Formats: sequence, C-alpha cells, structure tokens
Amino acid sequence: MAIKLKTFCGGIHPPGNKQWSAHKPIEDCPLPEEFIVPLAQHIGAPSTACVEPGQLVAKGQTIGAPKGFVSVPVHAPTSGEVVAVEPRPHPWGTSLPAVVIRPDGEDRWAEELEAADPNDLYPEDMVERVRLAGVVGMGGAAFPAHVKMSPPPEKKIHTLIFNGVECEPYLTADHRLMLEEPERILQGIALLRFIYGAERVVIGIEANKPDAIALLQAECKDTPVEVIALEVKYPQGAEKQLIAAVTGTEVPSGGLPMDIGVAVQNVSTAAAVTDAIIYGRPLIERICTVTGSAVREPKNLRIRIGTPLSHLVAVCGGLLEEPGKIILGGPMMGFTQTSFDVPAVRGSSGLLLLREEEVVCQAEGPCIRCARCVQGCPMHLLPTTIAAYARRNLVAEAAEYRAMDCIECGCCSYNCPATIPLVQAIRYGKAAIIAKKRALTL
Amino acid sequence: MSQQLYLSSSPHIHSGETTSDVMRAVLFSLLPACVVAVYFFGPPALAVLLIATLGCMAAEVICQCLMGQPVSSADGSAAVTGVLLAFNLPPTSPWWLTLLGAVIAIVIGKQVYGGLGSNPFNPALVARVVLLISFPVHMTTWSLPAPLGSGLDLVTTATPLGVWKNAVMLTGHAPPEMQAGTLSFFLGDMPGCVGEVSALALLLGAAYLFYRRILTWHIPVAYLGTVVLLSGIFWLVNPEKYPDPVFHLVTGGLILGAFFMATDMVTTPVSMTGMLVFGVGCGVLTVMIRLFGGYPEGVSFAILLMNAATPLIDRYTRPKAFGMPRGEGWR
Repeated sequence: MAIKLKTFCGGIHPPGNKQWSAHKPIEDCPLPEEFIVPLAQHIGAPSTACVEPGQLVAKGQTIGAPKGFVSVPVHAPTSGEVVAVEPRPHPWGTSLPAVVIRPDGEDRWAEELEAADPNDLYPEDMVERVRLAGVVGMGGAAFPAHVKMSPPPEKKIHTLIFNGVECEPYLTADHRLMLEEPERILQGIALLRFIYGAERVVIGIEANKPDAIALLQAECKDTPVEVIALEVKYPQGAEKQLIAAVTGTEVPSGGLPMDIGVAVQNVSTAAAVTDAIIYGRPLIERICTVTGSAVREPKNLRIRIGTPLSHLVAVCGGLLEEPGKIILGGPMMGFTQTSFDVPAVRGSSGLLLLREEEVVCQAEGPCIRCARCVQGCPMHLLPTTIAAYARRNLVAEAAEYRAMDCIECGCCSYNCPATIPLVQAIRYGKAAIIAKKRALTL
Repeated sequence: MSQQLYLSSSPHIHSGETTSDVMRAVLFSLLPACVVAVYFFGPPALAVLLIATLGCMAAEVICQCLMGQPVSSADGSAAVTGVLLAFNLPPTSPWWLTLLGAVIAIVIGKQVYGGLGSNPFNPALVARVVLLISFPVHMTTWSLPAPLGSGLDLVTTATPLGVWKNAVMLTGHAPPEMQAGTLSFFLGDMPGCVGEVSALALLLGAAYLFYRRILTWHIPVAYLGTVVLLSGIFWLVNPEKYPDPVFHLVTGGLILGAFFMATDMVTTPVSMTGMLVFGVGCGVLTVMIRLFGGYPEGVSFAILLMNAATPLIDRYTRPKAFGMPRGEGWR
C-alpha cells in the first residue's frame, strides 16, 4: 500500500498470531450443561438478581435488574431452570454473585421481547432499548453503551468512530464479525449515527485485515460512512489512540472523547445495538476467539454469555497440553484465570491458552535506562520514572509524572529488556493515588 | 488440573529481548573495530583488548562477591565496558595500565554507585580520563599503524589531532600536509586509540545496532551535526588555522564517541528531546575543547560533562504527555 497509513505516536509491534483463527468462520457454540451468569459484568453498579432458585426462565428474560444509571440488566442466555443464585468464581479474580441456569434444551425466547421499526422510534427510545438490552462496550471494557450514548446536551458529538481495529494479538472475533455479518454492523452504525446526530462517521480497521477493509468499503460505497485502514500497531484500538489516528486530535488529559466532540464504539457493539433496537434482543451472545498454542483447534465461536471456559475448550477439541496461563481477553490486556470454571462474560473477546514456556516470568534486572518504555508509551509518559516512584510509594511524585494518564496498555512492560513489571507498578501507583485522593476528600 | 497456573496482571507476553541480548548485540557490533585494531596495531592491541575485557569482568565478579551480591557478569555489561575501555586506550598501553583502567572503570565507575543502571558517568570514559590525567605520558604515546604482514614495527608518533594542535600552538597555522589522509583516516590508517581509528568499522557496527533498534539516531545525529556545523563555521572563517569538518569527523574518537560512548543508555537522557539536547551539548563541548582547549581531543571530556548534566536534561525535557497542552514538558 503506497499511502501512508494513519496511526498514533508510540506503540509496539508484537507478533500478531492471528493466523491460527483469522480464516475460521464463526461457529455456533453448543449449549453447555450449566450457565453461570454473573450479575456484575460491566463497569458500574452490579445488577440485582430478580429470579429465585427453582424458577423457570426464558431466553432473554431479565434475571438481574440494573441499579442506578451506570448499570445494565442481565438476561438469561437460554431457557431453563435457575438452580442457584450464589457467589461463583468470576473472571475478575474473585467470587461474585451469579445466576446459575440449567438449560432445558428448548432455547425458547421470552415473549416480552418485541421487534420495532426504527422509523417509529425517537433517539431516546432507542437508547432506552439499548439500556434494557444490557448492551455494553464489547471491546473488553464493558462500559454500559447507553451511558456513552447519552452525552450531556452541551457536548455535541460531530464525529463517530467505529473501532474495528482489534489490535490485541491472537484475537480475531471482530475481524470475523466484520467479514460475516457486515449488515448487522452497518445497521447499528446507521442507528448510532442517527442517535448521536454525528456528521462524520468512520470505521477504523487495522491494515492486517485487508479483506474486512475491502468488504466494508464496498458496502459503504454510497453511504456517508468512511472506512479507514490504520497502521498495524498496538494499541491502535485504544480509544484515545484511535481518535488521534483518525482525527489528529488528542483527547485532553483527564477528559473524555466527548470533550472534543467524538464518540467511539466497537463494531461488535454496533451489531449488538442493531439486535437491541430493531429486534429487541438483549445482549446474550458474542463472538469469542478461543486460541493459543495449548488449544487443539483454535476457533471463533458465537458463545452465550455465561458459558464456562471448560465448555469452550471442549468445543475446540480440548487441550494439546496443560496450559501455563489461561487468559480471558488478549495477551496484552487480558485477565489471567485461576480455573476453567469461570464463565465467559460480555467483555470476553477471547480465551487465550498459552503453554508454560511462553509465559514463564524472567527474573527482573536493573533498569538500564534504554528508554524503550518511553519510546513505546502511546501516552508519551516516562513509564520507568513513574514505576520507580510508585514502587517507593512516592504517590505525589508518581501523580506529578502523570501516572493517572496511563491507559495500562502494557507496551512498557512488553518492551522492557530488564523485564521490570512497569505497567504493573504503575497500576499500583494509580490505585495509591486514587486512595490518597479519596482519603483527602473524606 | 494437576499443573500449576501462572497468574499475573497483563501484559502476558514480552518482546523476548533482554538486557543480556542488548549487551551481546553491542559486543557484536564492536567486533569490526576490534578486527581493524588488531590488523593495524597487531598483538599489542589484542593484548589491550583482552586485558581490559577480562579485567573488567573479573573486577565485577570480585566486587559483587565482596559485597555479597549475586554475580551478574553473565549479562555482558562488564564485557562491553571492557571493550569500550580498550577502544579508548593507546595500543601500546602497558598491561598494568590497562588492568588499572579496568579496575577503575568497574569499581569507581560503576559498582560504587550500585552497579548496572546506577552509574551517572560512562565507566569506560571515567577510567580513560583518570588514566589520562594520572599517566599523561603513557596515555599520549601513539604509534603509526603497522598492518599485519607488513613487517613494520610500531613507531611512535602523534595523532592527526595532536599534529594539528602542536602546529597551531607553535605557528598559528594548520600543518600543510594535514588534509592528505582523510580517506586513510576514515579506514583507520592513522595513529590513535585501539578502537577509534577506523570510522568505517565503527559505522558498520553502528549500522547493525540501528538495524537491531538498539541505537536511535537522536544522539549520534545531534552530536555529529553540531560538530560539523560548529567546526564548519570556524573553518569557513579561518581555513588557515581551523581544520575542516570532515577532518574533525574522521580523526580522534568522534565516531567512537558519537555512536558508542555518548549513546550509553545508562548515562544519557531517556526522552528524545533530551537525547537531542545531550548530543548538541556533546558536540559544542567537543569542538570547543579541540579548538581552544589544552588537549587535542575533547570527546571523552565532552561526554562525561554531558553525563553530569543528564539528570537535569531529563528533568527539563519530559515528553509532552498525550492530551496535554503544548510546552507542558518544559518547566
């Protein structure tokens, strides 16, 4: 490609490792014997269970009611019987309340779900339907979508960016969705464009997905939607970096994209918005890439929310060998799991199983000030300096060096030849800064 | 599951390149200059290289044993210091001088500060300057190259920069024959320290480090650019007295300094702006010392002085954080 691809300053080039699953069409994952549906799957207040053990539920029925504005309901992934409402191991690393459902095999939709003609709906009605459907950001952060779709009136959104970057190595879920169900995404894009009233609509895709770029460019030919190829670089899909690449504008430190009139939604979120607004269907399934060197047959699966990881592994032919690390999400920002008993949740874009030799931690050496963390930092911070302050509990100094601007992408730790846990130390520092602020305001 | 799982917070993958990989690459990049040194100066140069390298490694092991620390000479940093020290010594250095230099580099230059990553000054240059001041005769006894197989013995002479400085001091003019040897200077056929003579061999090594992304362009370009610009101005004003920029580039330790000494990661700024400031500072000081100082060569002093300024440069050249207004880093 002769044209210089758009991108941001900084970042790293980890091996993509997408070849294992990029060519595999999405498969429907069969129902497991038991669903574990956590009541907290999103950023914000967890929902409260509104079903009881023994109760029969239908597919899509609300089983957890939202609490407050920054919260979303949780729905039954299939029809069946609630066998328990109790704390279960959660991907976030602790046990949290979950509704356990045994499927009846009928997979019967709840009757209260109604399709609607979008021409009859006002933007507010659409946002309400999105909220009731429990739609969250599908890129991994799982921030309630309706909150993002309700900017205060003084923040006019002029540019709407759809994130089809998928810069995490290994993951191919968004890639397959763009290839196989572009109309679902484009319908969602049209709806979101209407809701936001945005003038410019852009789909940003990393250049390592030329088939998806070509397909969407063809589909968007006579529409106002631009499809832009972006340089293959991590973290190209991070919200602020994507905005910088597409618009050339930086979101102010401590601010939100809406402060500069921009909103970003994942392409998978757009598809979920279509389901919610047009078909009234709640967010009970997503695409999840099950991959890694320890899996027999890497696949892109359409999974129901609450499917235990053990079931996903079994559907993919089981393990080649015992994994050294179980990661929910990508290798750069995913969360390690303690067992296969935890369920996949709304933010689970991938299940990555790595062999032991790939994940052994190297002993940490002294910093040789090679500045690779500085060159890699997409937020243009000094990771080694912040990490050194954080590890000495010098909270004020860490804050002074803008620790709170860190997006925790992990480029610094990835690059560090001394294998210093830089981003991990910065995370610790950020928590200390927040704790100190909280203590001061009380 | 029988086996234990690794648990950690992200990221879960690493570039795979470790400190010892970096050090190994630097050692590899120094090989061409080693070969040229042995070719031009024969066994004495090889002896200096071996004594300095092994001396540095031994000094590090002894230091760490005495301090009850884990021995880390496998990381290769002591070997790098050793080779760079040898590069900065005359090929005819007696064994004890080289060994003393190795001990100074590791003990005073590095370990007293806490070892790798903690030293404010380039250890090899600390040793060179201590030796230069303490043993001026030994450290300024140069010999003409005697290529292997030529049957020549090493004959004592002065470096091109030394010849120029003497001539200017005595007559106020540059020596007439000075410009003749630019190409042979570039190839390494000139009197000088073990590793500084061949700009070509050093550039080959530097190219490899660029390719491996271990070296960034900032310091070398800023350093050499400043030297060319500044010395060019002086040359244009008075070509009778001041040597031309190319002469500055190919003689003395400038190429060695700009690509291998001034780019020592530990003792130089971390931000790109900081590296540029550092390089410009090195360039200005080098030209000033060469043209107006008492010593014919100023690279070592220039780099050490800028090493001292590194914390200050770091403080004032913080990169502008993403989303901050312009000029935020400078305060």
